[in-house]
Amino acid sequence: MDLQGRNLIAPLDLSVAEMEWLFDLAGRIIARPEDYADVCKGKLLATVFYEASTRTRLSFEAAMLRLGGQVIGFSEPQSSSVIKGESISDTIRTIASYADIAVMRHPKEGAALVAARQSGIPLINAGDGGHFHPTQTLTDLLTIRLEKGSFDGITIGVCGDLKFGRTAHSLVCAFSRYSGVRFIMISPDELRIPEYVRDEISHLEFEEVRDLTDALPQLDVLYMTRVQKERFFNEEDYIRLKDSYILNAAKLKNAKPDLMILHPLPRVNEIAADVDDDPRAFYFRQMRNGMYIRMALLMALLGKGV
Amino acid sequence: MVIKNITNGVVIDHIRAGFGMKVLEYLNIDTVRGSIALIMNVTSKKHGKKDMIKLENVENVDIDILGLIDHNATVIYIHDEKITQKTKLKHPKKVTNVIKCKNPRCITSSEAVPNVFLLVDDSGKYRCEYCDNVVKSFEG
Repeated sequence: MDLQGRNLIAPLDLSVAEMEWLFDLAGRIIARPEDYADVCKGKLLATVFYEASTRTRLSFEAAMLRLGGQVIGFSEPQSSSVIKGESISDTIRTIASYADIAVMRHPKEGAALVAARQSGIPLINAGDGGHFHPTQTLTDLLTIRLEKGSFDGITIGVCGDLKFGRTAHSLVCAFSRYSGVRFIMISPDELRIPEYVRDEISHLEFEEVRDLTDALPQLDVLYMTRVQKERFFNEEDYIRLKDSYILNAAKLKNAKPDLMILHPLPRVNEIAADVDDDPRAFYFRQMRNGMYIRMALLMALLGKGV
Repeated sequence: MVIKNITNGVVIDHIRAGFGMKVLEYLNIDTVRGSIALIMNVTSKKHGKKDMIKLENVENVDIDILGLIDHNATVIYIHDEKITQKTKLKHPKKVTNVIKCKNPRCITSSEAVPNVFLLVDDSGKYRCEYCDNVVKSFEG
């Protein structure tokens, strides 16, 4: 499989075969990480973060360092010429003259596409506003695949902010190519999935409901998301909707024993701490898988060691 | 009302009644030197009522923009008082700098990039190339 030189901007940029190949590569890295310790030696990753991040940025940096490569970048725009008003196009042209591959997060939707058109080096979208976050989806799918073996016949509940939730949009779009996957979208009316995501899954069976407790017993995977304060222009709307769903140990009594609870993190209060020790809580294991799948992705886009 | 036939030029026929003015606006024909006739509410056997535009001494019009505003219209090219070509319009696959993205979170609101919209389906639904914001129909 040749992905060298490609960008990853949207969840549908990778075919199902390409995603499956990346999952297999991540599996090999998990089994024998020492075999990959030098494959990106001499290569430089630029992390270009205009918006806060803990897991995505650090997992990309850890991934590159574990592959023997090096990392440059900024984690907040205040420490770059962005604060002087430099455009995304000019910023990415600058970065592309120093690095071999770049990963970018930006609060505006479509920012990664603008950057990719000027970069000349592979560009990975690490989240563009409330639009897409394709590498979180690779992390999510790898986590499910490692546990369940395949995606056949699974019912996934996607819960919370489905309107502005970039991880939910990417997950749903990526899964839309797998047959036998059933979705239950759980959200308040104001935070239902946007039309462009609805269009992608129009051929699939899916329900839209408001009640998490009623939906829980049907689910094989529960994908919880945070109601994101930073996506609201009106704080009153945020305050009204932020506590729409709180998963706790008591609610899980009616859930399947092999349910997987995923969350892209960070969480605020939508998953209570009493769920953390439940064997069905996968969100901390999910974080480590994020580093492995990003190692696989960096190798693939750089054409190194694959 | 009498509006004479044109010798050379373009006739845009079968425009949805009431849309003629909008078509003229988007055709950006300020520089046309020949006569321009906008005829509204013409009786039509097929459509009941229609609008019609005649552009004298014009050789070409932007059929992508026309297709976006009213894909049922017909463009008729006339040379020496004879019809040389009739073009049925369709929704253009891509339009640049015609529709402005109204999503305040879209990168087009802050970066100097063209507003590009891509056709989603035959209903005339378009999506912003950057943020996927949907415009259901530009035809109103």
